[in-house]
Amino acid sequence: MSSPLLEVEDLHVHFPVGRGRDRQLVRAVDGVSLTLQPGETLGLVGESGCGKTTSGLALLRLVEPTSGRVVFDGTDVRSLSKRDLRSWRRRAAMIFQDPYASLDPRLPVGESIGEALDIHGLHQGKQARRDRIGDLLERCGLHPRVADRYPHEFSGGQRQRIGIARAIACEPDFIVCDEPIAALDVSIQAQVMNLLTELQQDLGLAYLFIAHDLAAVQHVCDRIAVMYLGRIVEEAERLDLYRAPQPPYTQALLSAIPIPDPVRERERERIRLEGDVPSPIDPPSGCRFRTRCRAVFDACERIDPALQEVADDHRAACLLHGEVGTEVTG
Amino acid sequence: MSGAPEPTPEHDDSTDAEVVLSVRDLEVSFGTKRGRAEVVRGLDYDLHRGETLAIVGESGSGKSVSTLALTKLIPIPPGRGTGTAHLGDTDLISLSEAELVHVRGQRIGFVFQDPMTSLNPVHTIGRQLTEGMRHHLGLSEAAARDRAVELLAKVGIPSPEDRLGDYPHQFSGGMRQRVVIAIGLSCDPEVLIADEATTALDVTTQAQIIDLIAELQADLGMAVVWITHDLGVVAGIADRVLVMYAGEVVEQADAPELLSRPRHPYTVGLLASLPVLGDTERGDLAAIPGLPPPPTSLPPGCGFYPRCSFRSDERCATERPPLREVVAGHLVRSFYEVPEEQSRRASAATRIAIEPPDVRDEGVA
Ligand SMILES: Nc1ncnc2c1ncn2[C@@H]1O[C@H](COP(=O)(O)OP(=O)(O)OP(=O)(O)O)[C@@H](O)[C@H]1O
Ligand SMILES: Nc1ncnc2c1ncn2[C@@H]1O[C@H](COP(=O)(O)OP(=O)(O)OP(=O)(O)O)[C@@H](O)[C@H]1O
Ligand code: SF4
Ligand SMILES: [Mg+2]
Ligand SMILES: [Mg+2]
Repeated sequence: MSSPLLEVEDLHVHFPVGRGRDRQLVRAVDGVSLTLQPGETLGLVGESGCGKTTSGLALLRLVEPTSGRVVFDGTDVRSLSKRDLRSWRRRAAMIFQDPYASLDPRLPVGESIGEALDIHGLHQGKQARRDRIGDLLERCGLHPRVADRYPHEFSGGQRQRIGIARAIACEPDFIVCDEPIAALDVSIQAQVMNLLTELQQDLGLAYLFIAHDLAAVQHVCDRIAVMYLGRIVEEAERLDLYRAPQPPYTQALLSAIPIPDPVRERERERIRLEGDVPSPIDPPSGCRFRTRCRAVFDACERIDPALQEVADDHRAACLLHGEVGTEVTG
Repeated sequence: MSGAPEPTPEHDDSTDAEVVLSVRDLEVSFGTKRGRAEVVRGLDYDLHRGETLAIVGESGSGKSVSTLALTKLIPIPPGRGTGTAHLGDTDLISLSEAELVHVRGQRIGFVFQDPMTSLNPVHTIGRQLTEGMRHHLGLSEAAARDRAVELLAKVGIPSPEDRLGDYPHQFSGGMRQRVVIAIGLSCDPEVLIADEATTALDVTTQAQIIDLIAELQADLGMAVVWITHDLGVVAGIADRVLVMYAGEVVEQADAPELLSRPRHPYTVGLLASLPVLGDTERGDLAAIPGLPPPPTSLPPGCGFYPRCSFRSDERCATERPPLREVVAGHLVRSFYEVPEEQSRRASAATRIAIEPPDVRDEGVA
């Protein structure tokens, strides 16, 4: 196996909220570890607020991690100086859910793409720059002449293509795609997913693909990681995760996803998850899912489960597989 | 207009339930800088007591506007609505604003996508819940309060009497949507319109809300119009489905029939472009190329013509296809009917290669 492109170890991102005596910590990301091979797509799924976006931002140091290690192609990203960080960013880009918010409404879209080139001193010279912008737009299924138009003149799907063109402008090796299709119509989602796959094959990109939509994630990803309250609770090959989900949380999540086949959808049993996800300010001790878990037993309050190998290339953090983890103190 | 459809034929197995809402020839347009935007172009449907009708379709196809226009919840002008919409014996379209006040929220309840926009952030939940009941049902403050507590309990808000004084921001997204549902139901409406009511929620919360509405529907016998883009949700709850494209119904059928044997090129394209859990195929999704037409410059022929991969008939480009009943209860607006084999290949039922995991036994799988 080739050496990984990205290795993340025990990543934490805590946000202080409130002041003085009311000061508390939001444990948005609370011990995430993952690896990504070159050219691979890892999916990151989980309920709203579980820390997906924060993880993605922290990997690129768009928010500063509180602790943990992020190693990208041998470089320790957390130790990079401001200046080195800037040139490193050429290799790692981000695509956002709302391309409108990430494109400057006052700039023609070609300029938004050009900015990315300028920062890294690529394709300098008026003609070379314009050609490159045209190529990038064309690569993403838009006509080069749209470079002079403004973001509001485009549909959501087209804006997302522009966001993608900008992300690939500096020829990165890795892109964090944060809900890249959530805001789009179903028929347009497929266009954007196909574009991302095609670019990956042509340019050898690795993706961290963050999404709510597990069907989409299963389609585009090689492996899938499931998050709950700042932690990864399961990680497996894309079909294994669906075929044999291990922790009760993944089982419940999968069983809540409606399937567009009326026969299966109406016949199948569901695991009902009651209540809401607890606050990341004060997560439950031991296993964080224990307050909603249907298989909860006495050890779950006592031991904070670690990710353990449960099958080939399949890891899960659940004490049903053996009481492996950190004993809760105090 | 050549494409104006005949009133929707009744189909056999639903005639026993009484029709609560009957919409005919509904047209809605808006005056815009770029000319008249024809947003709903001749909509017909019947909604029966206790029935769930799903409306699906491309963004901008007129799903929301067609239901908002029923009680003039669109700005008029620039909007204009014509046609009829009978709720019982009353034609809503001909009512004055003063008369409509008694329909909105009372005989027709609404639940919209974003609870933050349907709830007023500066008023307590209790006030927002009791307002409509006092106004429409003439309840006293104490009676409205009692009913508010009862409703909040019914939608699954723990210790409701303690929550009446809370403000919307003190609730989670899922809890806020329950409050919105409680408001939508507060006057025992005959029809509940749920417009992307669960779209902003997690699937786990969505499942809770769907179960909740189904239970309430069984209890109260109301009819539900469920607008969604999620065909999985449709598969689970809908009796009948309307598929809209460019302001028209392009296909209408019972949910199981529509999802397993779609016949309109757009519906087939929509299903084929959908990633499906348990589909092991990893090639390109069959995306529908292009974009829907703007409502200010619709194509002269079929609205789907510019994106249609099946177009073949010369009339496609020039004539608006009529909505035809191709088999009992299944209506299609197309000169071309997608053949069975292609249609089945697009359906999720055929594409699912791995069954959904069995969750019946507790513990480790
Ligand atoms: N700057 C911040 N300050 C305080 N709390 C924050 C900040 N950013 C995120 N959070 C909190 O951290 C948690 C994780 O947020 P994050 O946006 O990463 O979740 P997510 O998984 O991406 O959710 P979603 O699916 O809704 O996008 C949430 O509880 C969120 O409210
Ligand atoms: N006040 C208005 N003035 C002009 N056009 C309008 C107005 N309100 C809605 N429209 C247009 O009417 C069309 C139909 O809108 P509608 O909101 O019904 O779409 P929809 O099918 O509900 O889409 P979505 O899935 O995005 O909610 C759109 O093209 C929209 O831009
Ligand atoms: S009329 Fe033609 S273009 Fe329209 S849907 Fe039918 S086949 Fe397609
Ligand atoms: Mg996020
Ligand atoms: Mg809408």
